[in-house]
Amino acid sequence: MMKIINIDKQKWAGGVESLSKSYRLFGPVKDVDCHNFKELKQGEQPDLSYGNTKLSPKSVVFPPSEAMFTYSLDESNPEHHILKDVPKDYSPRAVLGMRPCDAKAVSLVRMNFDTPEYRDPYWMDAYEATTFVGLACENPCASCFCTSTGCGPYNEEGLDVLLVDNGNAYIAKALTEKGEKLLASGGFTDAGDASAVDAKKAAAEAKITAKIETDKLSEKVIMDLYDAPFWHDVAFACINCCTCTYACPTCWCFDIQDENKGCEGVRMRNWDSCMTPLFTMHGSGHNPRDKKHQRVRQRFMHKLKYFVDKYQKGIMCVGCGRCVQQCPVNLDIRTVSKTMNDYVAKS
Amino acid sequence: MQNPYKAYPVRIDSIDVATEDKSLRTFTFVFLNPEDEQKFAYESGQFAELSIPGKGEIPIGIASSPTEKGFVRFTVFRTGLVTNHLHNMKVGDIMGVRGPLGHPYPLKDLEGKNIVIIGAGFAFTTLRSTIVYMLNPENRSRFGKIDVIYGARNPGMILYKDELTAWEQRDDINMHITVDGTDDPSWKYHTGFVPTITEKVAPQADDNTYAIMCGPPMMLKFTKPVLDKLGYKHENIILSLENRMKCGIGICGRCNIGKELICKDGPVFTLAQLKHMPEEDT
Repeated sequence: MMKIINIDKQKWAGGVESLSKSYRLFGPVKDVDCHNFKELKQGEQPDLSYGNTKLSPKSVVFPPSEAMFTYSLDESNPEHHILKDVPKDYSPRAVLGMRPCDAKAVSLVRMNFDTPEYRDPYWMDAYEATTFVGLACENPCASCFCTSTGCGPYNEEGLDVLLVDNGNAYIAKALTEKGEKLLASGGFTDAGDASAVDAKKAAAEAKITAKIETDKLSEKVIMDLYDAPFWHDVAFACINCCTCTYACPTCWCFDIQDENKGCEGVRMRNWDSCMTPLFTMHGSGHNPRDKKHQRVRQRFMHKLKYFVDKYQKGIMCVGCGRCVQQCPVNLDIRTVSKTMNDYVAKS
Repeated sequence: MQNPYKAYPVRIDSIDVATEDKSLRTFTFVFLNPEDEQKFAYESGQFAELSIPGKGEIPIGIASSPTEKGFVRFTVFRTGLVTNHLHNMKVGDIMGVRGPLGHPYPLKDLEGKNIVIIGAGFAFTTLRSTIVYMLNPENRSRFGKIDVIYGARNPGMILYKDELTAWEQRDDINMHITVDGTDDPSWKYHTGFVPTITEKVAPQADDNTYAIMCGPPMMLKFTKPVLDKLGYKHENIILSLENRMKCGIGICGRCNIGKELICKDGPVFTLAQLKHMPEEDT
């Protein structure tokens, strides 16, 4: 039975204050000319008046740069050249006010980091330490197309709590035990009423008119789409700036690099991007994706075809619209998806 | 569950120059913690990340055979940052080995079959592992006829010469060694590229005969039509691929060909599987 709690906005700030005693809190804050998710400082409140953040909150579980191991190169150290675990803080943390699209993205990305064969300890430990508190969208951005990606402004997948702004109060739906625990810990105990939610949800969904066409992608043959003639045109304007992959909540690729200072070093993992030629360059100098159209094709094929075929969970896109909004040359995943969706290979 | 990014610490036990031009060296590693050798239990065709703290990691096919105990061995071409550093390391140095990674050659499924091994250049390492495994007295009777076609640029570039010579003396394996060219008048083996020699010496295909191939792209490209001509079914042709890798466990996202990740879904594929995967350099 899902618990509904009423949170009077007057009591919100005090509740956040209480939560900060048992959780590391992350929330949207003003970041120069936009909003982004940051760890909240003592006494800092999340700014829930934002539209969407420029970067997705994927960094809460997957930092852009993260230490994996330390090591010593000093041969007088008996343990030299042996990888040592880095102390990590996996105490409970909570993201406050993330958008439902970004929450669904986390559950899609989980399929990559938590497989039957391997469990990525850094991503998974951070994920398991996190309580995800969503904030339903009342006023979606013009570039949002979540409703056609199997998501939506009130989508609950990947969330522990969904907050719905209801004027003077938030209607809080506790979706998991983790969510119930967080609400209790914030002192949010007033029983609420969810009767207003359905109408608000329908109204928010109706505001999203942009769509992505994906219905025929699963029946296409990988080789047909791969060999399709449109990739040079699709890629023509791309400048391989990597903004799309950096802003995307479902992009997860990373690099591993050793960084040394004197005799001490750290093995780091850093976000990487399939848009750069170095991503795939062999030691020999041979590069299977040295041309721009090959890299652009990889990005869209991964999101709209390989992922679809591999997991049968739809596309690797939640319709947040960040890549559409931020692309300096106006490349639009919706246009590319339509091109792929409509494509019929000549037999 | 243990951290799959953490390499087992190893000590370099020996370093042998593997080719005349010294561009390849064979490194034998011993695990610092003996129990790690059990955890590293591998099969022929798998690879590992050689992990040098301070430099980075490189994915390299395992050249030793699971039947060889007490060490793990790799033959490494000197080409980039990590391999250049590795070539300058010395016996006794400490580094790491992470794995085993990827799928092995499906040798269990190949029991009772005739096997043709086709290799060229320094891609002979996992094939060497396979041959040593199959020739092991406990295993030899479980396989049919074994043919090996191995080519190198010139006699000085041939890997594992002593073993090749020893295998030549045996009557339970047919060796076909070739070089692209040589001015050595005493050269007593084949001269010519691998595809040409394959056409001459490889047995005709039947349902019971499988080819395992590993080599540079050009050699693979021109050997495939030869095998077609000899009647090999694409399901019976097994190849090992490589691509740039970081994690080696299917997570970091760079080594894919189509929807398959070379590190985790491969590196071993049949030619029939590859027909449904894009060729990345088009």
